[in-house]
Amino acid sequence: MPEISLNILDVAENSVRAEADHITIDVSADSAADRLTVLIIDDGFGMDKEQVAHVIDPFFTTRTTRKVGLGVPFFKLAAELSGGSFEIDSVKGEGTTVRAVFGLTNVDRMPLGDISGTIKTLIMMHEDIRFTFRFGYDGNAFELDTAELREILGDDISFQEPEVSAYISEYLEENIAEVLDGKTI
Amino acid sequence: MKSLEELKKIRERVQGQINLREDNDEKQTRVVVGMATCGIAAGARPVLNKFAELVQEKGLNDVVVTQTGCIGMCRFEPIVEVYKAGEPKVTYVHMNADKAAEVVEKHLIRGQIVSDYVIPEV
Repeated sequence: MPEISLNILDVAENSVRAEADHITIDVSADSAADRLTVLIIDDGFGMDKEQVAHVIDPFFTTRTTRKVGLGVPFFKLAAELSGGSFEIDSVKGEGTTVRAVFGLTNVDRMPLGDISGTIKTLIMMHEDIRFTFRFGYDGNAFELDTAELREILGDDISFQEPEVSAYISEYLEENIAEVLDGKTI
Repeated sequence: MKSLEELKKIRERVQGQINLREDNDEKQTRVVVGMATCGIAAGARPVLNKFAELVQEKGLNDVVVTQTGCIGMCRFEPIVEVYKAGEPKVTYVHMNADKAAEVVEKHLIRGQIVSDYVIPEV
């Protein structure tokens, strides 16, 4: 995986498969603490401790269910290689929170990459799931909640309508650029 | 900064057009992009987005773009499968956004399979 955004897309797909109704993706950079934190929070069916141990260990996969793969280990490795940390909190029947912390200026941190592409893909492909996306850099932040978009659009206009999908792309790109204010992560 | 106000205007414009369109419950063609770890790592995201964008832009109302998990041939990712009603499945391999645009133009619109990108059925 060449960018953090692709890891986010991959791991968020696990939340989709866990039948989540609401998925929150929070990306925030803090230059004082030199950290880039990614949170993926879902209200899907969750995992017990043993299952969590399975998903973070690529060599423990028994492959009988094919639920487990390399996605989570890739994400964990990417975070740890940059001097960060990785953890999964999960409660069976309640949901899962994945937290990856990266060293913001660490030379081994992969770039964030096309985060708006990732969020757009998730929103378009899973219209019936509510996504909350938060993006912050130091003091600046913005939030997109698809429940708000749905409320404005009503039930019969798809996010895939050309005008709507173009709007979502621009909305994400412009607001992310504004939060970054010329900086690149 | 773009505001949600703009979306309200879009709703008013789009609402009228939607009612005129026929119901597309019975889609004729499915474009399926492999979006498991292997596909994503190999570059499936821009492929999926290009298909979705062009299908909407060109008004291909009988085409639905969707995603699936691992198709089982990870070394050929990104993989795209095209299912047209009454025709055998066509599997495109090593796709990228440019090839996706070509498949939309030739296969989806004109009905010509782009054989250069197809992996033969064994």
